[in-house]
Amino acid sequence: MIELDNVSLAYAGRTGPVLALEGADIKVAKGEFAAVVGPSGCGKSTLMKLVSGLVKPTKGVVKVNGYQVNGPVKLAGMAFQNSNLLPWRTVIENLMLPLEIVEPYRSNFRSKKDEYRAKGEKLLDTVGLTGFGDRFPWELSGGMQQRASLCRSLIHEPALLMLDEPFAALDAFTREELWCVMRDVWERLRFTVVLVTHDLREAAFLADTIHIMSARPGRIIESRTVDFARPRDLDVCYSSPFTDLVHTLRNKIAEVRQA
Amino acid sequence: MNRNVETLAPWLFTIAIFVVWELICRLFNVSSIILPAPSEIFQAAIRFWGPLMRNSWVTLWTTLAGFLMAVAFGLLLGLFVGWSRTIYRGLYPVMIGFNSIPKVAVVPILVMWFGIGEIPAILTAFLISFFPIVVNVATGLATIEPELEDVLRALGASKLDVMRKVGIPRAMPYFFGSLKVAITLAFVGAVVSETIAANAGLGHLMTQAGSNFQMPLVFAGLLALAVLGIGMYAITAWIEGRMTGWAFRSQQSAGG
Repeated sequence: MIELDNVSLAYAGRTGPVLALEGADIKVAKGEFAAVVGPSGCGKSTLMKLVSGLVKPTKGVVKVNGYQVNGPVKLAGMAFQNSNLLPWRTVIENLMLPLEIVEPYRSNFRSKKDEYRAKGEKLLDTVGLTGFGDRFPWELSGGMQQRASLCRSLIHEPALLMLDEPFAALDAFTREELWCVMRDVWERLRFTVVLVTHDLREAAFLADTIHIMSARPGRIIESRTVDFARPRDLDVCYSSPFTDLVHTLRNKIAEVRQA
Repeated sequence: MNRNVETLAPWLFTIAIFVVWELICRLFNVSSIILPAPSEIFQAAIRFWGPLMRNSWVTLWTTLAGFLMAVAFGLLLGLFVGWSRTIYRGLYPVMIGFNSIPKVAVVPILVMWFGIGEIPAILTAFLISFFPIVVNVATGLATIEPELEDVLRALGASKLDVMRKVGIPRAMPYFFGSLKVAITLAFVGAVVSETIAANAGLGHLMTQAGSNFQMPLVFAGLLALAVLGIGMYAITAWIEGRMTGWAFRSQQSAGG
């Protein structure tokens, strides 16, 4: 599904070119849940922009679905740390925003508006926001806004979901709740996910594979598979294999921060 | 009880100011050529009610004509300037330069071109008031959250899509907010132009009254200006609240 082959990206900084990413190699299979972890400022978000085609690599090739990425990939859903909901639209209208832009929904948006609305309501049900469609985003708590934002990134049934620290701004309980929401949605639809995070437990709980990045310029220094049985229960976070994994990851990151 | 005091407070303060003013004039026996007492001003206002109304009307419609031109032009130019960073960067210094010219200096030129009358007043009102509209609309467009733009662009949205779905709705609170500033400026522009060269309007009336030493009438003109100014401000503020209430509400609950 996603293939990065020796990809480097430099952008023009104030004192000459800054290397954000150097020789990154990543492969993500179709339907795989991949997590990218690393110290802050290591170019994780740059990686997301490369995959979704918002920036072009200075070296190397990015392939999505077997094709080289040359512009916005048009099939990716995205969610960020801020929910970025539009305050002048109700929750359900926010959800339908991607449908107003992506084909084939765009052309028949007017005629099928009711159908899409129902679709949005159904998606809201799955994340526990039943009946909140007609509220405005500011009437929702931070966790609920983030749920709505997830729904917005999923409404057009993207083959690829890009998540950039989507749960970072939430409190610990809400975060775990949303991990489970994410887990359930993914178990059901099995799209490909790239999750950028600095929460190692989050990565270990949700992902099939974890890619560890070095400090800037970012490089993938290790990729490991996580083989806890699915569907995973939150209790797995307190088992010793899980803690061991998080501990190893933690040491690895401490190492690259030193270097 | 407390609420009542709060709603009455503006009136109480206004009345108090007039009372203090009246007392000062009487106690210190201030000549009405220097500073007429409110009672004299109100008498003059009643005596010259007809001319005051006629000239207020002229000032009002020239202000509104200039203001409406500024809204139309400011909105278009603002959308154009906010469209891309390059245009924003390129045009900004030019506009700052234009805006820093005191518009009083332009009035004689306008009079040369269009003669004495309402047209210079309308144009001065327009020239002085379009700038805040342009800047606000352009700022609203130029400050779209980059992440939100990424979300849309990753879906394959064009620049036009981003503007229609996000940029323009987002710029609306800025736009309506700027109207309050613009209407006040348009008013200043119209009156300045009338004071320099016009056959009608409150500015004209006040210069005439001043040169006849009718100070109470001059002050009655000032009072009429204040009433008109407050009225127009209140109307634009009300429109702002009606059109973009979401912006205020979302700010209020941003903390919780």
